[in-house]
Amino acid sequence: MSVRTRLALFGVGAAAALALVVWGLSGIPGFGHYGGSYGYVLNRVALPERHATNVVASVVFDYRGFDTVGEEFILFVSVMAVSLLLRIQRDERERPPRDRAAERTLAGTSDAVRVAGVGLIGPAVLIGLYIVAHGHTTPGGGFQGGAILAAAPMLIYLVGRYLTFRRLNPIHALDVGEGAGAGGFVVVGLIGLVAGIAFLDNIWPKGQPGSVFSAGTLPVLNVSVGLEVGAGLVLILFEFLEQTLMVRGR
Amino acid sequence: MRTLPFLLAAWLLFVGLYGIATSRNFVHLIMCLSVVQSSTYVLLLEVGYRAGGTAPIFKDVPPGTRAVDPVVQALTLTDVVVGVTVTALLLALVLQSHKRSGTLNPDELRPLEG
Repeated sequence: MSVRTRLALFGVGAAAALALVVWGLSGIPGFGHYGGSYGYVLNRVALPERHATNVVASVVFDYRGFDTVGEEFILFVSVMAVSLLLRIQRDERERPPRDRAAERTLAGTSDAVRVAGVGLIGPAVLIGLYIVAHGHTTPGGGFQGGAILAAAPMLIYLVGRYLTFRRLNPIHALDVGEGAGAGGFVVVGLIGLVAGIAFLDNIWPKGQPGSVFSAGTLPVLNVSVGLEVGAGLVLILFEFLEQTLMVRGR
Repeated sequence: MRTLPFLLAAWLLFVGLYGIATSRNFVHLIMCLSVVQSSTYVLLLEVGYRAGGTAPIFKDVPPGTRAVDPVVQALTLTDVVVGVTVTALLLALVLQSHKRSGTLNPDELRPLEG
């Protein structure tokens, strides 16, 4: 199909879709005039019921917890699929990078990047752990904190050599961490079933609203998700770096 | 003013789709897909917005303060996570496809090849 025909086809389809979208948008309540009812209900009942000051977290891990299990496994399966797709193929082998031109030397990492990077590794870990641990009281949670935690290994790669990064990131431990994170969520859910109530039902001691140890299952689930997201993102990064730096065709 | 924010979501959707339809590079195509997806974030957050509402987090503000809908915010969180993982998966596919066919241009790929 030529580019011109494709554009023409797209134009026709997009015009029809645009008309539908505009028609649909014209029917919803105006911006700022919230028309639902769940928002009112949850903002009123979430704090007394779950003792979690972050209502978004109690929706993600409690009221809609079952959906989050599914979401977590989307993440899990994608990480597995990336590892599978980027495995060493039959006609490839692993070899450290070597510059073909003898007279050319690659510029190393600049001192400014090294100093700034080394200084950021500690704070990244600390902020990540803080965001994971306080997900049920203040903005944050396992998904956000896990992503921040994954930044620490990326900084190690940035300031050091790839081979150091490889040594410092035990792949098997990351695999175990990712699996434990995904499995931990389900185990917490099953505890509810064993207790004779619903899957993921929040029957744990609720504690004082606003403290780290409050909201029942929420902090546990946040830690489990943080572990999975952090380990998963580092695994994805590792696979891509491996492709760029180590794997060569025949 | 009532519908302008919603038109932003529509604009993101169609500008992303245009990019996908005319893309000459798979990496660019995947980024366009992210733009399409970001239109859903914008739309979800707009649907749940209450005029003058604060974030649905009652740590510093007393319970009962006018706040926006927490459900759509939770959905957006889901959306972002799925978006990131799908992007990683597509990039892995493109990487292997590039190794086999030596091109990133969708037009240069032949059917049943690569």
